[in-house]
Amino acid sequence: MATKKMAIIATKGALDMAYPPLILASTAAALGWDVQIFFTFYGLQLLRKDLSGIAISPLANPAMPMPVPMPVIVSVLPGMQAMATSMMKAKMKKKGVASLTELRDLCQEADVKFIACQMTVDLFDFEKSDFIDGIEYGGAATFMKFAGETDVCLFI
Amino acid sequence: MNFDKEFDASGLACPLPIVKTKKSLADMASGQVLRVVATDPGSVCDMAAFAEQTGNALLESGSEGGKYVFFLRKA
Repeated sequence: MATKKMAIIATKGALDMAYPPLILASTAAALGWDVQIFFTFYGLQLLRKDLSGIAISPLANPAMPMPVPMPVIVSVLPGMQAMATSMMKAKMKKKGVASLTELRDLCQEADVKFIACQMTVDLFDFEKSDFIDGIEYGGAATFMKFAGETDVCLFI
Repeated sequence: MNFDKEFDASGLACPLPIVKTKKSLADMASGQVLRVVATDPGSVCDMAAFAEQTGNALLESGSEGGKYVFFLRKA
């Protein structure tokens, strides 16, 4: 059986959107798949050494379950994002959901290849020292080379 | 059922039971049996899908004391 392949483009840097690429990549790798993730725009946040700044906002996020109904005007207040983030993280921990760092480590251990989009690295003035080790830097052509051979290709 | 190694995934949520089952199998020999205990209800379908895609045989999938118990034979 030929090795299956999956390519993911990770474009989001919010806490909730950071999970799907890392969950799918670590799982596919566990299934023996060959996996690459191309991190671009806000997805680059997931490659930073310190992931503690990754947050979730209740603002413009009407589907987010809140313990008490919260009018939009309240979600705008300073501190609401930090509160929502710490509540979400506490809930995740309680339910046995892995931290982003743990999932990312599992991906790297399982040889998931991480590619940082060079154009957006430059756009946001990131330095390579901002990011974890073991990643590659490339552009759309680098992604397409692998993506063209994949069984599953996702934009997240 | 006899087993050679056990992995307790109790309290872990997707994808950890599967990803860590894979890690547990890594240092086992072909033909050895791994017993996995999980509390994630999703692991029932996930473990079957894992077995099917990796060739590790799912010898038994059941529940015991409110937990899910799986026996996998390493390919």
